[in-house]
Amino acid sequence: MSKDIRIKKGLSINIKGTADKKIEKLPLANTYALNLNDFHLIVPKLIKKENQTIKRGEPIFYSKTNENLLFVSPISGKIKEIVRGERRKIINIIIESDGEDDFIKNKPLNFKNSTASDIKKHLLKSGLWPFFKQRPFDIIADPNLKPKSIHVSCFDSAPLSVDFEFILKDNIDLFKTGLDALEILCPDNLNLGLKKSQNFLINELSDYNFTVFDGPHPSGNVGVQIHHINPINSGDVVWIVKPEDIITIGGFLKTGEFCPNRTIAVSGPPVKNPMYFKTRVGAKLNSILNHINFNDESNLRIINGDVLSGYKVKSDGFLGYYNNNLSVLKEGNNYRMFGWIPFINNEVPSIYKTSFSWLSNNKPKEYDTNLNGEERAFVATGEMESVFPMDVYPMQLVKECLIGDIEKMEKLGIYEVSPEDFGLIDYSSSSKIEAQTIIREGLDYLYKETQ
Amino acid sequence: MKIRNILDELKKPFEKGQKLEKLYPAFDAFETFLFVPNHTSKTGAHIRDAIDLKRVMITVIIALLPALFYGIYNTGYQYLVQLPESFTTVDAIIHGSYKIIPMIAVSYIVGLSIEFLFAILRGHQVNEGYLVTGLLIPMIMPVDIPLWMVGVSVAFAVVIGKEAFGGTGMNILNPALTARAFAFFAYPTYMSGNQVWVSEASNVDGVSGETILGMLAAGNSPGQYSVMEMFVGSIPGSIAETSTLMVLIGAIILIYTGIGSWRIMLGGIIGAAITGILFNLWGANALMSFNWMNHLIVGGFAFGIVFMATDPVSASQTVKGKWIYGILVGILCILIRVFNPAYPEGVMLAILLMNVFAPTIDHYVIESNVKKREKRLINQLKTA
Repeated sequence: MSKDIRIKKGLSINIKGTADKKIEKLPLANTYALNLNDFHLIVPKLIKKENQTIKRGEPIFYSKTNENLLFVSPISGKIKEIVRGERRKIINIIIESDGEDDFIKNKPLNFKNSTASDIKKHLLKSGLWPFFKQRPFDIIADPNLKPKSIHVSCFDSAPLSVDFEFILKDNIDLFKTGLDALEILCPDNLNLGLKKSQNFLINELSDYNFTVFDGPHPSGNVGVQIHHINPINSGDVVWIVKPEDIITIGGFLKTGEFCPNRTIAVSGPPVKNPMYFKTRVGAKLNSILNHINFNDESNLRIINGDVLSGYKVKSDGFLGYYNNNLSVLKEGNNYRMFGWIPFINNEVPSIYKTSFSWLSNNKPKEYDTNLNGEERAFVATGEMESVFPMDVYPMQLVKECLIGDIEKMEKLGIYEVSPEDFGLIDYSSSSKIEAQTIIREGLDYLYKETQ
Repeated sequence: MKIRNILDELKKPFEKGQKLEKLYPAFDAFETFLFVPNHTSKTGAHIRDAIDLKRVMITVIIALLPALFYGIYNTGYQYLVQLPESFTTVDAIIHGSYKIIPMIAVSYIVGLSIEFLFAILRGHQVNEGYLVTGLLIPMIMPVDIPLWMVGVSVAFAVVIGKEAFGGTGMNILNPALTARAFAFFAYPTYMSGNQVWVSEASNVDGVSGETILGMLAAGNSPGQYSVMEMFVGSIPGSIAETSTLMVLIGAIILIYTGIGSWRIMLGGIIGAAITGILFNLWGANALMSFNWMNHLIVGGFAFGIVFMATDPVSASQTVKGKWIYGILVGILCILIRVFNPAYPEGVMLAILLMNVFAPTIDHYVIESNVKKREKRLINQLKTA
């Protein structure tokens, strides 16, 4: 069963250095980390202390608000360091691998005869629950709430996009196992989002309920897909899971072994050999970057995630928990004389025709991190609507988030959006508005006031 | 990069904790005029478009230039053509420049001084919006208005029209039209009638300065002007509003670059055309029976709808709202022209009035979106 939805608004940004469809399996890294930045609004309560040994799949901490929500180690070894920031807030938990990769063996679950609550308990206990995120608020799903639906976007439309068909191909059976479990968790309302060109997946997943999307970014954003399939109303909860994590869930249910593999696409203009690597969540970045050749190693920005919605990470940092891409950009910390005059600096791409860059729009371009201007008051209007394919007024919503008027935020559809949906608004804003940050703060404020 | 080094050296006293810290916004305005700063994205999207407010504003200025140059020529032409002596195009341009360049200078000096002052007092960057406003104000004034009146109008528009509301992006009315409306009501003898629209018309005998709309309002026929003249713009009027051709070039620049809203422009033309056609059918007075197509090319309609109504801050901000706003500007403009002989040109008041109503239009557009969302929720609760 499938239907087609065409997304008209949006923008596909063509950046140089998309990963070639080559994959290399990396050996275990020396260190791994769980970055609390990945688990938004989770306050950790530690189970393990520094220097304690740990096995893969063994809990390290649980959420302060729900002690059943466990976070487990991706590797065996010992807790090397618990990095704390201001007011002793935990930032990073670094684990040193012992090279053995011992793991906790759980009993495989014959989930086809299990109830939703059995599966949920099993996943929570074994540390797989953090793979379930929820809308509204774009946080780890609250296992106590009943979801209206589960949505999985099986393609990425962001710049330097990851090819999920390529990632899923080799493990399509485990992916289906995972999907079967999700169907039990939310009967009759598992929705997959596929892209027109994904013939393999469209063929393989014909037994599942999917929608075929066509159109520019952000058509691959799960929030946009939810909006077009079954929009979130006030009071609804929708769960979302990323494709590769469904393989991890499927594998776990089949074998009882928690193995959070991560296929990562390293891409971007400075990368000479952009390609895929198979590693594990939280791996030390240099275990990956050592296999990469750069045009110029100085002055780079490494991003966990895509260039619109990811976060900056130092080259001695760690891979994120959720992202399938590691994007690399050149820092744009240089001055450009009279660069604001139209038709000067045509190498800087623009969606406006105040530069000749549009003449070569088919060619991938070098983007850097220069802001290309300074932040200003909101002036140009309508530009936000043109890259925002939801029936929500983005500028008005951003303004209400700045004001903090909860009633109006709700009315304007705050429950339907997540920061990543505003990535293109950040990109295209002539006033250099930080819309994603504003929406994140708006959601956090709403969460604090209503929960 | 020598200039860069000099700037870095000059910047030091303006940095945080230094003597001239408070004047940093002023320094910043000059520095960012010379160089796009080296700022990189800190939060949010890591890549950013090449567009910024400076580029938006300079594009509007480029779009204004054809109309400005033609206005300078036409100012000289309208004056010299009524004198017995023969003259050349260069004579016309010289006369026009002599009249208009001081007005532009006064507008920028007064306006930018106030903008810099407010930026320093409020500690924010100087916004680029005034670059456009400052050029627009002299372009929509009658040529003989004394320079001090330009200065006072500018001061009123920037302080009361813009900064009082919180500065760029917050104003309700278009600042350039606020300046013109201020001058219009404060100094009516310099802003209306049949003596002001041609250079020196009030001083030199034999030079008359009546606009086509003025003639029509007085019940006279503007027979001496052909449609071609109205379109090209060799007719009396405010400095740069007369040439529909040059405005059209500006409109093409704005629409092509994606800076100006074509929805507002098209909406305005549709609104004015429909109203004009209806009045043509009625035909009770000279203005009503004035061909609807000519309504679109005389007076400030074209200039207003392309450069003033599209001001993103004071116009409607939603896509649907822009259509409604544009159409209403067009309708109101012709209505005011036809029904109010005291204001033969209706476009200024039409745009200002719609500026006031733009937030209301947006409110209802958004309200319908909110209703849709509420309805969806009710339907879901019913089926559940």
